[in-house]
Amino acid sequence: MIKLTRVSKEYPKRGHALRDVSFHVRKGEFAFLTGHSGSGKSTTMRLIHMADKPTEGEVRVTGYSSERITQRDLWKVRRRVGFVFQDFRLLPGRTALENVAFALEVTGTPRSAIQSKANRLLSQVGLSPKAGALAHELSGGEQQRVAIARALVNDPFVLLADEPTGNLDDRATRGVMDLFWDINAKGMAVLMATHDLELVRRYPHARVFELEHGELVFDSALAAEGELTPSLQEERGPRSVTDGAA
Amino acid sequence: MYAIREAVAAFKRAPVLTGLSSAMVGLALFVVGLFGLATYNLRLALTAIEERVEVAVYLRDDARQSEIDLLLTELAAIPEVRMVSFVSKRDALERARADLPEFGELFSDLEINPLPQSLEVELRPGARDAEVVRSISDAAMAYPFVEEARYGREWVDRLFTLRRIGAASTAVLGTAFALVAALIIGTALRIAIFARRDEIYVMRLVGAKNGFIRRPFLLEGAMAGLIGGLLAWLLTYGTYRGVYTYLFEVAWVPTAWIALGLVSGAAFGAFSSALAIRRHLREI
Repeated sequence: MIKLTRVSKEYPKRGHALRDVSFHVRKGEFAFLTGHSGSGKSTTMRLIHMADKPTEGEVRVTGYSSERITQRDLWKVRRRVGFVFQDFRLLPGRTALENVAFALEVTGTPRSAIQSKANRLLSQVGLSPKAGALAHELSGGEQQRVAIARALVNDPFVLLADEPTGNLDDRATRGVMDLFWDINAKGMAVLMATHDLELVRRYPHARVFELEHGELVFDSALAAEGELTPSLQEERGPRSVTDGAA
Repeated sequence: MYAIREAVAAFKRAPVLTGLSSAMVGLALFVVGLFGLATYNLRLALTAIEERVEVAVYLRDDARQSEIDLLLTELAAIPEVRMVSFVSKRDALERARADLPEFGELFSDLEINPLPQSLEVELRPGARDAEVVRSISDAAMAYPFVEEARYGREWVDRLFTLRRIGAASTAVLGTAFALVAALIIGTALRIAIFARRDEIYVMRLVGAKNGFIRRPFLLEGAMAGLIGGLLAWLLTYGTYRGVYTYLFEVAWVPTAWIALGLVSGAAFGAFSSALAIRRHLREI
């Protein structure tokens, strides 16, 4: 589904953002990508979304390779991968329904089907009663739900979420996380980048990757059972670090 | 269909911004329009003067008719010559009387007609330059019965110098005005597109095709260019009417120029939008 093979990313001014990162998210999996600020989470998400190309290595997403994809064909990947941001990026001046309908319209959904599909998606994220509210009239949690509904317009295989709960309070965070798990339960893979270890700890069944200074230092699938990520170990006091991730 | 609907909707959603873009395009093209009006009238004035360029070949009184006919035929055979007409001594006097009525008495008291017979050589349009008139004059002067060949050497030279200056300044100023207009139009449309960068971002995010994203913006650019062109037309026409009514007589530019201006406005609007949107299409 998502496969990174020895991926490095170097920026001319910033230097290495990622170094030799490899991991594989399988179909229907729920995974967290965690790490401190500046560890390379957002860079990884951008590479998976093919908004950028790796300096070295290969990113494969639902069959498309970063080595072969052209600007012209990016839309094909984007229709298989939904994306949710921390800052929602809704269109101001449009209602919740219009924001979802806009995404449907620009991806070629027949006009006759747009209204009903937009309503269905809003209902799926529990926002039907707020369909007519303008984006700025919604709470943070509600705005994020609209953004999730928008990310689902193409029935993607994977949902990428970059710090989706970063601007939300606890209650809204729980609501959004429940929604992600509901979506995942229907077979869609979810990869969520977050620096919130407390949140990661709440979902012990999820796969966890941890990045540190651009390197992958933990993959729960490769670690011993019950082993904590380096950050969690750090939080709980000094313990030996098993580096079996990469 | 979506492109047209979205382009019209964009005008409705942000009427002030799109109105301002069109106004900026209009004002930029208005300057070009004024320049076109001035250039066109200057060209008309120069053409009117050029039409008066001809060679007058004065003949001796003792020139025989057969010799005159031979010269007339030879001059008429020159490709640049449109027409050669013979003016007899009597015709010359009649003309002088008509052209100079203040000397009417002087001409009527004459016992001998002092005016010479002549051949008037008219040139074809496009051949009325100093080189051609000089060579025709030289050809005529080779005949012994030709007294003099005149073409107003000084003013013909000045006229053609003026025409060269006119052509050069039209090219330089025209290019400068067009470039300034292009910059203003480009900036206006760039601002309009920048205001909608969020929409472009979302379209890219959810997987809209580049062509699909681009089309409404190109149409919007073309519409802004066309509306700006119409505005420039109205402003230029208003200026023309004002000058015609209150200052001096000027001619209105040909319809083909107006059509070209409108089409160029629309095409340039679409082109500027295409350039401006390229950057946003690479952002995500």
